[in-house]
Amino acid sequence: MHIRVRARSDPKPSEITPERVYRTRREFMALAASSVALGGLNALALTEDWLDARGFADGPVFKGQDPGEEITPFQYASSYNNFYEFGTDKGDPAQYAGELTVDPWSVEVTGEVAKPGRIAIEDLLAGVDLEERVYRLRCVEAWSMVIPWIGFPVKRLLDRFEPTDSAKYVEFTTLHRPEEMRGQRSFFSSIDWPYVEGLRLDEAYHPLAIFAVGMYGKVLPNQNGAPLRLVVPWKYGFKSIKSIVGIRLMRRQPRTTWNVMAPDEYGFYANVNPNVDHPRWSQKTERRLPSSFFSPNRIDTMMFNGYAEEVAPLYAGMNLRRKY
Amino acid sequence: MLLFAVLASPLGVLAYDVYREVLMPGTVFGADPGEEIVRYMGEWAIRLLMATLAVSPASRLFKRPQWVRFRRMFGLFAFAYAVLHFVGYLGMLAGFDFGAVVDDFAKRPYITVGIAALVMLVPLAATSTRGWQRRLRANWRRLHRLVYVIGVLACIHLWWLSKAGFGEAVLYTAILILLLGERTVRMRVRIAAKAR
Repeated sequence: MHIRVRARSDPKPSEITPERVYRTRREFMALAASSVALGGLNALALTEDWLDARGFADGPVFKGQDPGEEITPFQYASSYNNFYEFGTDKGDPAQYAGELTVDPWSVEVTGEVAKPGRIAIEDLLAGVDLEERVYRLRCVEAWSMVIPWIGFPVKRLLDRFEPTDSAKYVEFTTLHRPEEMRGQRSFFSSIDWPYVEGLRLDEAYHPLAIFAVGMYGKVLPNQNGAPLRLVVPWKYGFKSIKSIVGIRLMRRQPRTTWNVMAPDEYGFYANVNPNVDHPRWSQKTERRLPSSFFSPNRIDTMMFNGYAEEVAPLYAGMNLRRKY
Repeated sequence: MLLFAVLASPLGVLAYDVYREVLMPGTVFGADPGEEIVRYMGEWAIRLLMATLAVSPASRLFKRPQWVRFRRMFGLFAFAYAVLHFVGYLGMLAGFDFGAVVDDFAKRPYITVGIAALVMLVPLAATSTRGWQRRLRANWRRLHRLVYVIGVLACIHLWWLSKAGFGEAVLYTAILILLLGERTVRMRVRIAAKAR
């Protein structure tokens, strides 16, 4: 008798995209592309040609992780965003992120590295192999999407700057440019800009942690964190910091924005965990977007967002209820 | 009648949007239509609640005592939008999973105060008719002072559900302070006058 043991990260049979749908993904991409044209994307440092030259000319090339779940249409992934630099409404980023100039763009790497420095994004990405990763994105607000990112492992970039032995954490900083980011000018925002996030170095070095420069076979729209963002699929979305301009290797745990603002609500680790509720909402389930009038599309949330098999060893022996 | 149409018009706008969305999915609402609708209802509920509280001060300010008869319509619409806000939450966010609702009610303070405010609105809506006003006499006034508590709860609800954008919470709290402040000052003046 054949007994198949299902890994926790395996998609349930009901979640697997039917082959018919999968086979039409190119058409689906064409549809997404036309909605981009309609939406009017703005000047990007990383041009479509640049991405095309790297093998993404013809829509997604599935090279990496793929949960086999239905991909959230581009239209929704690019119009329903939390990017408070552009406002607190979900639609604000899509509406106002066009005001941001992403070309030229450079990133400054500092701290516990042998070779600190500022580097232009083109140089930063020179020679980097891009891959596509289809990841679940689980927001701390209990909604989720499935997004095909284009990016490369975080380790790949950090290694270039040669972190020293004393580097134990890495801190990321979003651009602070109030004249182009209206949320940073808002009088009613309680956020202390710039937005800062961080990881333990072993987390950052995990092969699932990537920097993304594109999604859905295109360069990142501004509202999704152009031109360079972090994607850490086993953590709540706010960890996946957008529009990064600063990377600092540190000996101590960095002071991250939400964690400093409301430590009882947002932990430094912020691993997706259905067993530890946020004080304002349950984390047991999530609404897979798009939802509809007739159904919230509620599904069970998985431990580490379904990546337990890969990432659980990072937290062996840790009390995840205390270090949430 | 005209007032009824005006106050019901947000429902008409919503119905039209839903109709367009059903015809062409994804054109009107974003990825999360349920949340949008629940929020829309909540916004109208608190607006009309504040409007209800504003009727009496406005009638005094502009010396138009006849305006007070419109108060009931404002109040009933605030109640109607609050009910729709709640039903929307039950259906479109909680998915009629009553275990989740009970869990929310017990554990999430902003939902607890929201439901408390709605429950307090029920007796006010039920006794809003002239008949009940007559039957309850002085007690009617006393009972309907609950609306001040409801106003405060609605603002707390808004504060507690905001993450970082507190613009709306600040706005409605400022309005509430103004409206309740006016009443406090008037009461003081009256007491002082009596004392003399």
